Amino acid sequence: MTREQEYVLRTVEERGVRLIRLWFTDVTGRPKSFAITPVELETAFEEGMHFDGSSIDGFSRVQESDVLALPDASTFELLPWLSSDENSARMFCDIETVGGEPFAGDSRHVLRRNLRAAHELGYTFMCAPEMEFFYFADGRPDRVPEPLDSGSYFELTTADMANDLRRRTIQTLETMGIPVEYSFHEDSPSQHEIDLRYTNALEMADNIVTLRLVVKELAQERGVYATFMPQPLAGVQGSGMHTHMSLFDGERNVFHDPETGDLSSEARCFIAGLLVHSREITAVTNQLVNSYKRLIVGTEAPTSVSWAHNNRSALVRVPVTKQGKQSSTRIEYRAPDPACNPYLAFSVMLNAGLRGIEKNYELPVEAAENLFELSDSERRDLDIVSLPQSLAEALEVMETSELVAETLGDHIFEWFLKNKRTEWNAYKAQVTPFELAQYLPNW
Amino acid sequence: MLVFPDPAPPELAQALDMAGYGWQPVPDEATVRSAEPRGGWSGAIVCADVEPERAYALARAIRRTEQPVTPLLLLISGAQLSDLELREDLFDDFMLTPFHPRELEARLKHLLWRSGKGSRPEIVEYEGLRLNLENYQASMNGTPLDLTYMEYELLKFLAANPAKVFTRETLLSRVWGYEYYGGARTVDVHVRRLRAKLGEEHAGLIQTVRSVGYRFGQSRWS
Repeated sequence: MTREQEYVLRTVEERGVRLIRLWFTDVTGRPKSFAITPVELETAFEEGMHFDGSSIDGFSRVQESDVLALPDASTFELLPWLSSDENSARMFCDIETVGGEPFAGDSRHVLRRNLRAAHELGYTFMCAPEMEFFYFADGRPDRVPEPLDSGSYFELTTADMANDLRRRTIQTLETMGIPVEYSFHEDSPSQHEIDLRYTNALEMADNIVTLRLVVKELAQERGVYATFMPQPLAGVQGSGMHTHMSLFDGERNVFHDPETGDLSSEARCFIAGLLVHSREITAVTNQLVNSYKRLIVGTEAPTSVSWAHNNRSALVRVPVTKQGKQSSTRIEYRAPDPACNPYLAFSVMLNAGLRGIEKNYELPVEAAENLFELSDSERRDLDIVSLPQSLAEALEVMETSELVAETLGDHIFEWFLKNKRTEWNAYKAQVTPFELAQYLPNW
Repeated sequence: MLVFPDPAPPELAQALDMAGYGWQPVPDEATVRSAEPRGGWSGAIVCADVEPERAYALARAIRRTEQPVTPLLLLISGAQLSDLELREDLFDDFMLTPFHPRELEARLKHLLWRSGKGSRPEIVEYEGLRLNLENYQASMNGTPLDLTYMEYELLKFLAANPAKVFTRETLLSRVWGYEYYGGARTVDVHVRRLRAKLGEEHAGLIQTVRSVGYRFGQSRWS
């Protein structure tokens, strides 16, 4: 038993915790949880908790469906939104096979493995995502979602309610050790954004899973529905998860060149790596059929493989940092959406960038003009390639990617392709309202 | 608690910090006298595994006087066991290096108890903040603070050393241990988390000292 585990046991006792929820995610990044009592906690630390993984997406391998959940004591947090006389806490788990090996379908392990490899090269990978989401009146899937604060005659009171809800959400996150940098009402009706302060990628991926849950739970408490679906409404900005990234070597920000005060050569190679491999990793950073309804020309979401210092239509943006704030030199990858599996998304983003450093990729020229205004032929002249336009195209490119296969491992790589193809085929077989409206009267 | 030599071996420094003991490294006998805290040394840890002759000389000097320092824990390597013969009066207990931090903690606790000096302080307090080292619980003005283990350890270290400025490297080595995986940025991340948990009103307890590191509580000069 480590000190950290003892600390947890002691805290459970002192704080009267009745239930400990063990959290992990399936391969799509959706949270899974089962609860144990304090009596079982010591066994959970020492031996892990058995469960049947065959019902979990991406875990199923019929011949070896039993897996072990080992709680990570460093992630122990009380769940502050639950009533205090029945304290509950959570820990994230690492999943192992009964033989004690890391389980290949555990995406948290995939990120751990990739971070360890980066660490061998001397790098610590830091991330800070901007999480966008919508509040709706309810979550009924059979009609167009109804925003809380637009087109509604009680706009003022509901807008107040949404802002109040966001404030309470932030307070809850902070109590759970998830510091928030900014938060505000976004462009679209009922759309909100919470920006998290950077931390190492594994902790951040855990934080994203927690944030998605906290946002949804607290909304539910107030009788409304929160969603991280990338494009729940047509004709407005969708929800993205712009992710700020930096590499540190000890105290040194690797992306910062102290001589020029600008991007270091490693940073330039990292961006080049992201650009070169962006098409391959898009299926992972944007994993839903619906994700591609956000990545369209004319919105703020990126559609072309490009970079720029301060051009919000670019895929990679280099934010201006304050003089003397070398530690804040970072790059922002604008494709991902908040419905991704953060463990897998951070893994492929990191490795795409690192491949750029390893192979010394050359950074193309910065995109000067607003890329949205270019015609197709102008884009061709400028050698600008587009991000995949659909999940089907993204999967096709991903399948050819040795980088993604290596990063995710065979088990997840194959399961992901198969599962997502099934999703695409089911979608393709739909006859949509668009088609009926467009074709029925005319044909 | 007196520690020889100066600087103390990092694993010893870290183990003592983790266990919550206040300690001071001393390079020689003269410093033992000049740096003696009011009320005397509560005990001594003498590492004899690197420079045995100087270590035994120091142990002799602080034991064969009118007011010997007790208890004295001697750290030696396995090959030095024969050194103990005829030196029984120099130490109260010994421990082999490399040692396990938990063993050090257990031995010290027992030695201090036996010598009637009680044990380490069990409560660290600063304004409304209260840390109970026995059961790991922290509170602010009576309201429990729910901290992770590393947040707790960092806060404990800072609160036990108020008004001192620590660099990120120092905090990393004293609280996490040298080989910690996350690098020095880990400290910033944990400080932010602690500030978030302390809440706006008390976030200022941990001050950022520009281009140096962090300080807990008010500076001694302000």
